[in-house]
Parts: sequence; C-alpha cells; structure tokens
Amino acid sequence: MDIIITFIYYCLVAFVSAVLIYNFFKTKEWQKEVLTIIVVLPFLLRLFMLK
Amino acid sequence: MIRKLVFGFAGLALLVFSGISFYQSRRLKEPVVVSDGVTQVVRLSKYFSGVEGTANDCNMYILEGKEPGATFCILGGTHPEEPAGRLAAWIFAENAVLQKGRLIVVLSANRSATTVTRVGGAYPPEFSIPTSWGEQGFRMGDRWSNPLDQWPDPEVYIHYPSGQYLAYVDVRNLNRCWPGRPNGTLTERTTYAFMEMIRKEKVDIVIDLHEAELQYPVISTIVSHEKAQDLAAIVSMTLTDMEGFKMGMEFSPKNLHGLSHREIGDFSDAAGLLFEAPEPFLDATRGKTNTEQLLTGKDDFVVRAGQHGLLFEKIDANGWPIDKRVGRHTSAVLQTMVSWTEMHPDKPMVCDSIPRYADVVARGLGQYLRNPALAKPGRIWYE
Repeated sequence: MDIIITFIYYCLVAFVSAVLIYNFFKTKEWQKEVLTIIVVLPFLLRLFMLK
Repeated sequence: MIRKLVFGFAGLALLVFSGISFYQSRRLKEPVVVSDGVTQVVRLSKYFSGVEGTANDCNMYILEGKEPGATFCILGGTHPEEPAGRLAAWIFAENAVLQKGRLIVVLSANRSATTVTRVGGAYPPEFSIPTSWGEQGFRMGDRWSNPLDQWPDPEVYIHYPSGQYLAYVDVRNLNRCWPGRPNGTLTERTTYAFMEMIRKEKVDIVIDLHEAELQYPVISTIVSHEKAQDLAAIVSMTLTDMEGFKMGMEFSPKNLHGLSHREIGDFSDAAGLLFEAPEPFLDATRGKTNTEQLLTGKDDFVVRAGQHGLLFEKIDANGWPIDKRVGRHTSAVLQTMVSWTEMHPDKPMVCDSIPRYADVVARGLGQYLRNPALAKPGRIWYE
C-alpha cells in the first residue's frame, strides 16, 4: 500500500510541475513568471529525488 | 521571449545549484576508524531483512571483552540533528576497548534522517570538528527520516501497537516508532530490526543518546524505564556529585508510546535509558541557525529567554559547546557501566580508553577522532 501511495504522490508532483511550467510559458506578466519559477523549484527537487 | 529565457535559465541555475548541494550533502562519506576493540561490524539487516538495501541498513560496531559479562547497546543518531549523541557514540566506536562484557555501538540509528536537513529550517548541510590532523566533516541531519525514503505522511500518525494518536510528522520519527513492525513504514521496520537485534543479542541495557532545546522540560536528564530506575537514580546522583554537571532522572511515562525508553523495556528483556544534553541550536528563540551556533551553543536570544525564566536549563554567554555536550554523554555512559557492574557483579561491564567529561572539555572532542589516512587496512568504515 505504501508503494502505491508513494507512486501516486510522485505522479501528482509531476502533474503539478508540468502545469506550473505550462503556466510559465503561457503567462504574459513578468511577476507571474518569477512566481512560477520560485514555486516550481521544490516540486522539481522532489520529483528528481534531490530534496 | 528573451525575458522568459532569462528567467528560465535563472530558475534552472537555482535548481542545478541547490540540487548538487542536496545530492552531495546526502552522500557525504563519514569515515569511522574503528577501535582495536571492535571485533565485528555488521549491518542492521542481519537481524531483519526488511531493511536490507534501504537508507536505514546502518552499521553496527560490536566490541567484545576478554571476559564475558553484560551486553550494552549505545544508540547514536536516533535524532541526527542532535549531534552530541552521534559524536559520543563515535568516540566509543573509535576508542573503546572492552575488558568485560559486550558493547554494540550504532552511530546512525536513523541513517535516513542523517541525509536531510529540516525543510525550511535553513540548517547547515554539514559541520566539521577540528582535530590535530585536520577537520572531520559530518552530515547535519534532521529529527525525522528523509521524505525521499518515506513519504507521504498521514493526516494522523497512529502508533503501533498502542493505537495512540501522535503528530502526523512523527510517523518518520524513530523515537516515536518503537517497537516497530515488520510490514510497517521504513521507520517502523527500522525500530523492529533494532528490537530483533536487542532480543537476539540478549541486550541488557540500551542507551539512546539525545539532545534537547533548553525550553523543553526533559533536559539534562536520564529518562528511565521502570526496570532500570535504581540504576538511573544512582548514575544521576553520582554524575551530579562527582563530575561537575547536573544530571536529573525521570521516569518513562507508561502511557506515552513509541519512545525507546518505554517500548524497549516493554517488548524485550532489555531496559531502555535515554540521555538528554542541552542544545541551544534547537531552541525556537535562537538567533542565527549556523554551524557556529551548533558547535558553540552560544546564542544571545536564548540567553535572553533564560533571563525571562523561559528555560529549564541554565545558559550564559559561554553557551553550551559541543565538547561539554559530548563529554556529558561519555561520562553518563561510562558511569552507567560502572554502576551496573556494582549492582550486577556476576554480569560486569568494563570499558577502557573512553574520556570522561573533564577530559573531553579539557582536550576537545577532536582529540578523540581518529585520522582515516592512518587507518590500518580493514579498520575503516563509512557511515
């Protein structure tokens, strides 16, 4: 069960990361671009199993 | 588009820089030059295969005396963010020679927790202890298992087997997961493996080395299971009378579950003792969270908290240096062995070559860390 929950968790992290990166390219406001970059960093660090 | 590229590359640079830092910190090799008294080094998975190949398959250093006697186990690194516990155990693994009895030393009881620092806590990733041959680096660590090894956390942590509700994050706290279970989380499997070791090796006393914030009432004390109350009381009195530092004694609460001093005593023939030393680095009112504060224990904000009567241990401008904190632990462990032997002459425990409090304070902890460059073949291990 733990393995399944962990797998779903990493799928969610990947999904949120993808949405954030999509928003980064979609937005036209520079403040939102900076915000998206800052927010996506911990998601990517977790996705790549670095932190 | 150019703006997006600039921001994108800046973000990528941050990701790479922080990623490399976390990766290197997680894999920092900590050498252990084992004492001549160490006769075996085994992995925890020898006792329970459920931790084999995981971050928590830690080394266990076994020292055997010339004569039989009691079996003691020292657990360092239950909470790696309390470094005096690990470093005191390190001194035993690198220096101890046993005359009577058997000693099992663990330096990274929750090895997973040594590979991460507090998320959002701005902890230094590692720290160094000066020695006569240079500096030895250690991973800083955290209180809880690395989320990369055990995640996600539940809404509420329900302790097994008591069913007691505990804080969700303590599902990764080694000292809330005793006695563990074979099919549980990594942290529960780790404590289960230690319980198997304690039962199979017929351990008499388990000593779990910790540090605590000065705002926490359980500080500068021995927490004892009822099986070892007489022993803990005499150790407490002797240390306070003879060694120049105050050491209290408290009973392990019967209704607070998951702690080593409670569950080891309840689920094995061994008795559990937990030693606490003061660590201002853990105080919520601390100032800078850096290596200097960690090692000197000096902090003006914690001193001011003391002036307002908010602390359970004294502190002044001299702080609580790491030498004092480690020396407290080495003296407390040695005194436990001496007092145990007086109480159980048929099952003695006699250990040589370990410095007491006054020696560690006078000479410095670094004097007792051995140079890996001079290690004999086969006598060096890595945590």
